[in-house]
Amino acid sequence: MSFLTLTHLEKTFGQNRVVKDFTLDIEKGEFISLLGPSGCGKTTVLRMVAGFEQPTAGDITIDGKDVTGLAANSRNIGMMFQAYALFPNMTVADNVAFGLKVKGAPRAEREARVAEMLALIGLSDLGGRYPFQLSGGQQQRVALARALAPRPSVLLLDEPLSALDAKVRVSLRNQIRQIQQDLGITTIFVTHDQEEAMSISDRIVVMNGGVAEQVGAPFEIYNRPRTKFVANFVGTLNTFEVEVADPASGRVTLAGQSLTLPDAPLAARAGETLSVALRPEALRLGRQPDAESLLTAQVTDVHFMGSVIRLKADLAGAAVSLDTFNRPDTPPPVVGSAVEVSLSGRDFILLKA
Amino acid sequence: MTRLFAWGALLTGIVFFLLPLYGMTEFSLRMRRGVYSLDAYRAVLVDPQFQATFGYSVVMALFTIAFGILLVVPTAYWVRLKMPELRPVVEFITLLPLVIPAIVIVFGYIRLYNTSSWLPLTGSAMGTNILLMFGYATLALPYMYRAVDTGLRTIDVGTLTEAAQSLGAGWGTILSRIILPNVLGAVLSGAFLTFAIVIGEFTMAALLNRPAFGPYMQILGANRAYEPSALAVIAFAITWACMGLIQLVTRFSKHERAKA
Ligand SMILES: Nc1ncnc2c1ncn2[C@@H]1O[C@H](COP(=O)(O)OP(=O)(O)O)[C@@H](O)[C@H]1O
Ligand SMILES: [Mg+2]
Repeated sequence: MSFLTLTHLEKTFGQNRVVKDFTLDIEKGEFISLLGPSGCGKTTVLRMVAGFEQPTAGDITIDGKDVTGLAANSRNIGMMFQAYALFPNMTVADNVAFGLKVKGAPRAEREARVAEMLALIGLSDLGGRYPFQLSGGQQQRVALARALAPRPSVLLLDEPLSALDAKVRVSLRNQIRQIQQDLGITTIFVTHDQEEAMSISDRIVVMNGGVAEQVGAPFEIYNRPRTKFVANFVGTLNTFEVEVADPASGRVTLAGQSLTLPDAPLAARAGETLSVALRPEALRLGRQPDAESLLTAQVTDVHFMGSVIRLKADLAGAAVSLDTFNRPDTPPPVVGSAVEVSLSGRDFILLKA
Repeated sequence: MTRLFAWGALLTGIVFFLLPLYGMTEFSLRMRRGVYSLDAYRAVLVDPQFQATFGYSVVMALFTIAFGILLVVPTAYWVRLKMPELRPVVEFITLLPLVIPAIVIVFGYIRLYNTSSWLPLTGSAMGTNILLMFGYATLALPYMYRAVDTGLRTIDVGTLTEAAQSLGAGWGTILSRIILPNVLGAVLSGAFLTFAIVIGEFTMAALLNRPAFGPYMQILGANRAYEPSALAVIAFAITWACMGLIQLVTRFSKHERAKA
């Protein structure tokens, strides 16, 4: 049995069904992200695990024990909030020690644990400061240390980085992941930022309208999205209409070129059109020997982003994005020029509505 | 134009507040014929009646403050946390003592808790003291509630509560270690206001026939010439000392500076 299980969870506020039949098994030490647009029920799922909301239906177990009816303060769960959650009247050290104090840990043990936690987050010198004397990033690190100090069985994080600026956000998310792996603590991380979720998670749960649309490793979610929503929410997508030539072998035509789609046989008849999608990096600039087909595109826009160059172009009647790596010896194409683009049928994603 | 108006307001303030104060202080110093002296103050301070009634009122004030904190802090906290939609209602209720005269409240008390009632509080001195304390707490309620509620607005009550709960804390711990310390400045300003109100209160103490400072001032005022003025100056000084302490407390609580 998994370490943390959510079984057929439901939550209704008045008439509003916010979480619908949510089932998820999480292994010990796993880092799971709940990813989805604002209002899709991520926080509500997290709050049910924490014990701040009572599920309308369904069960939650932690380490084999049913905790569904257990009060929040007896679940032994570490929680990190978006912001403003440090106790303003206490120093950093007292904040971190709070959970241990509540548990009645002796002073010597508390002090040792606080020192250990402050070292873990790299703020050993700031134990005597008050929260208002810290930067936003430092405050969130203290919040993490405070949550971890009482050795919780599960760590819950609700968009802990969204109030920070971009640089701090990236470095802190890596630090969170590092600490999580070092401690091997089972973690649920809520975010609406797909890049954040993909870069640090073992598995991602993509949520939409209170439903878990797809659960999988970042690689799987990105490359094999099962629904249109997941495909669009995670990463950029180019969509094309293709004509089915031979459903049994998966052969279709796009702008007169023949391509073979994955997942044959196709659930369509010959002559029908299908909606398919390609990631920007699956459209490759120039003539690639291993590609199935070669098309010409008109460049309409060039974004030089450093290591990656993102082009906008008209290709086979569709406006597409395509990514190519920067090379010091090759300047990017200019707007208005025609470029050759290689693509292969196997990279296409078939979208369910 | 605005400047002129400001000066006008200041002048009016001086005429209405400072001039009587000056007159009263000046008069209180004239007990000895021909020279200024502190004789009136000495007479007041050595009066055993003064000491007894003042001591009584101070003790009553402390109990009222303790009761007020125990009543108001959890209530205001709970309303903010769990029933924010009820806040206007609760606020209205706490304002009622401002529009209901103290005499009405105290007659209501006497009627409800007289010696032939189900809870004969007025039957004993201790019972009457308790009743008087409830009365004082009612009078101080508008100030206390507002102060605490304002204090609670400066912190994220919901998030702090949940953070503490996830760390294992129960309601008692949350209230005493997190909520109260964070609104301490506000609670203390409410406390000093309560103190000032209780020290000067007359109606309730007189009608319940308790030996408080307010009735003493009245008796003294009716029978002496210079002492009442001295007493008034003393009472005034106490009130202002309370106000000063409110300022001091806000200045000195360390973490509160962040909010300023
Ligand atoms: N306490 C509540 N009472 C009523 N509706 C709520 C409450 N909490 C959340 N909701 C509603 O539930 C939906 C999901 O909210 P939430 O879980 O916070 O979404 P997310 O975290 O994904 O942005 C929203 O439509 C929100 O308005
Ligand atoms: Mg949320």
